[in-house]
Amino acid sequence: MLSARLRPASYTTVSLWFLAVALAALLPADLHVTSLSPWADLRRLLDGLVRPEFVAVEAWSVVYTVAFAVIGVTLGAGAGFLLAIPFARFRSVRLVCACLRAVHELFWALLLMQVFGLSAATGILAIALPYAGICAKVYSEIIEEADLSALRVVPYGTGAVSAFVYARLPDVAASLRHYTLYRLECAMRSTLVLGFIGLPTMGFYLESAFRQGRYGEAGALLFVFYLLIGSRRLWVRARTVPVLIVASLLLLPKTVGSTEVWPSLVRFVTQQIVPSPLRQGALLDPATWSRLWAWTQPIVTQQILPGAAQTLVLAQIALVATAIGALVLFPLTSRRFAGRLGQPAGRVLLVVVRSTPEYMLAYVLLQNLGPSMLPAILALSIHNAGIVGYLMGRHADGLPYRPDAPTGLNLYAYETVPRLYGQFLAYLLYRWELILRESAIFGILGVATLGFYVDAAISELRIDVAVVLIAATVVLTLCVDALSRALRKALRIDTLPMRLSQPMVKGAGG
Amino acid sequence: MSGWARAIGVFAMLATVVAGGAVQAQNSERPAFVFTGIPDQDEARLVERYGRVASYLQQKLGVPVRYLPVKNYSSAVTAFSNGEVQLAWFGGFTGVQARRLVPGSQALAQGAEDAAFRTYFIANTRLGLVKAADFPRGTAGRTFTFGARSSTSGRLMPEYFIRQAFPDKTPDEVYARIGYSGEHSRTIQLVQSGVFDLGAVDYTVWDLDTKAGRVDPEKVNVIWESPPFANNQWSVRGDVDHTWGKGFSDKLRQALLGMSDPVLLAPFGRSKFVPVTNDAYAPLIAVGKTSGMLD
Repeated sequence: MLSARLRPASYTTVSLWFLAVALAALLPADLHVTSLSPWADLRRLLDGLVRPEFVAVEAWSVVYTVAFAVIGVTLGAGAGFLLAIPFARFRSVRLVCACLRAVHELFWALLLMQVFGLSAATGILAIALPYAGICAKVYSEIIEEADLSALRVVPYGTGAVSAFVYARLPDVAASLRHYTLYRLECAMRSTLVLGFIGLPTMGFYLESAFRQGRYGEAGALLFVFYLLIGSRRLWVRARTVPVLIVASLLLLPKTVGSTEVWPSLVRFVTQQIVPSPLRQGALLDPATWSRLWAWTQPIVTQQILPGAAQTLVLAQIALVATAIGALVLFPLTSRRFAGRLGQPAGRVLLVVVRSTPEYMLAYVLLQNLGPSMLPAILALSIHNAGIVGYLMGRHADGLPYRPDAPTGLNLYAYETVPRLYGQFLAYLLYRWELILRESAIFGILGVATLGFYVDAAISELRIDVAVVLIAATVVLTLCVDALSRALRKALRIDTLPMRLSQPMVKGAGG
Repeated sequence: MSGWARAIGVFAMLATVVAGGAVQAQNSERPAFVFTGIPDQDEARLVERYGRVASYLQQKLGVPVRYLPVKNYSSAVTAFSNGEVQLAWFGGFTGVQARRLVPGSQALAQGAEDAAFRTYFIANTRLGLVKAADFPRGTAGRTFTFGARSSTSGRLMPEYFIRQAFPDKTPDEVYARIGYSGEHSRTIQLVQSGVFDLGAVDYTVWDLDTKAGRVDPEKVNVIWESPPFANNQWSVRGDVDHTWGKGFSDKLRQALLGMSDPVLLAPFGRSKFVPVTNDAYAPLIAVGKTSGMLD
């Protein structure tokens, strides 16, 4: 068939295009290592990490990290579930959800802080809002993918809720549970990162420890964090969930000061986020609108355009670096390549890598290598290569091989990689949007992506400018998402599994 | 569809309970008098500084006093403007930002050193520069780090002096790379380790870090001392008299001015606190407007 002959060619074309764009992006990218002794610093860091000082761990920060994540996911997944029902039918719901999830948790937190201060409400909503958008989309996909045969035999006149609960839910419950548990893992990473901007989670103490060079304390905090994530299946169970939610509610941090939430909210909506020319001038006065134009123009030319360009440069390089990293790493987690003993070790390595929040990794690398794009690229590609590598390893072991299949490099290059390449591209194209969202955020750490300008606007208390910039990141994210979807469709890999929590299709991607 | 409506109703109830719990958690405690300070230097020193101030103020004011730690300058301003804290140790510029947002708020006291504050321009010694009286114009084209974005001695004033020395140019046109270290101790470390060639730093933090043995004179030195400007101050919200009784802000001012114990003053790098008014910071507003940091 023609399409069958075109497919391998277009895999190559797409891959080469991405490679070419990334190589071109290397030209304007700033990759200097400005630190004079990066290796000495990194060695001190590793030294401290392997000698964790557990007495230094602030136990409450661990409790708050879990509590924020549990309640954030409860609200986010609950709202997401309700939104999942009209998701497929209404374009407006899809758009709202897309916007909710295109804004990064940290951006949400920076905005929410203006109203709720450094309180539990900021932490919880910063998780719940984007997660509602993500959960709505994924839950609706899971429900769409479900088997409809039970629904067809439901007697005529059954109510919508009964039909859903008895005929559809049993079929999708396992997938929903699986995905929600995965979201909780993500939420723990997100809450940790929220500590970096001042919420009382583990990230608060990690940031201090890294900044002050107390690497033993940082090592202990990280060890506790990996332990929490690694053991999540033990403490998150059907029976423990209500207990977890109630306990989290009771244990939320007491806010130190009392924020005047209502007046702050009113001020935020009616003043802070309204572009300043509109705030000051009369709406019917044409001069107000020309001032608005004069206000918007420099934001677009001096902040949005250069910021978006740098964000794309970072994202494209990181995406290709992720691809290369994943291709190198995945044999480590495959039994066929790494052996019976090597595979578990490889898995532990990649689970640790994927549990490490990219933002924290970027923060640490920026401290030790100096301010350039290089630490950001490394952080993004290490984290994402860990995830894609882990998934590919699982697929590699799921492939049916002939008894006389070659071994080693021959097997890898001539059989495993070609057979899995479609799946590999599907994962990467899916992660493209996530990498872009994270690239924008890294600006807060000093790389000149869109987040850099958001940070500047917030520190100048120009919340209106920050909102415009965040809206620009949303548009950029939505464009990349649409492009990724179109490419996946064109390559006919849009039905392959893409999510980390998704069960594998046996022998997929051939 | 009434089934869905019911399901949504149940969820809304659950959400209300959860949100109510969160608000409950916020309001259950008796309102304490809360203060914060900009995180302008080494965090260990901040913990020491504000821990002592909290117990001192609690004793003098007779109300529970709590310190709210923040991670950056803008969080301190936000906490002040949305009423999370009533008192804050601000830099000159963050004080201006905060008081513009809170009508009735006032500057109570500044350090004796803050009336004529200075910025040090520091350089890595491999540049081979020595201290001079004139602005170091020859450093154009090097890399330069400010402190926090809204720091007075680390950003606002140094940027102003750079713009004066190079008319019609912005700092990122003068220098090859501009960074924002976040705080002064970090600025010193970044210039010392060579990540940046030059930096602008609060002179009191430079002195404190030098005394603490964290500055290596072989690697970093002061190359220029700026003209004087007004800097840090304690600012209080206008509504404290309403909440804690008439005369509370006067009592607070007296307590701040009465800090004479060197144990309290040393972590600030100040000899004593003196009275100040909002007007002392009018020049900073003008500077903020010329560099576009204020509207």
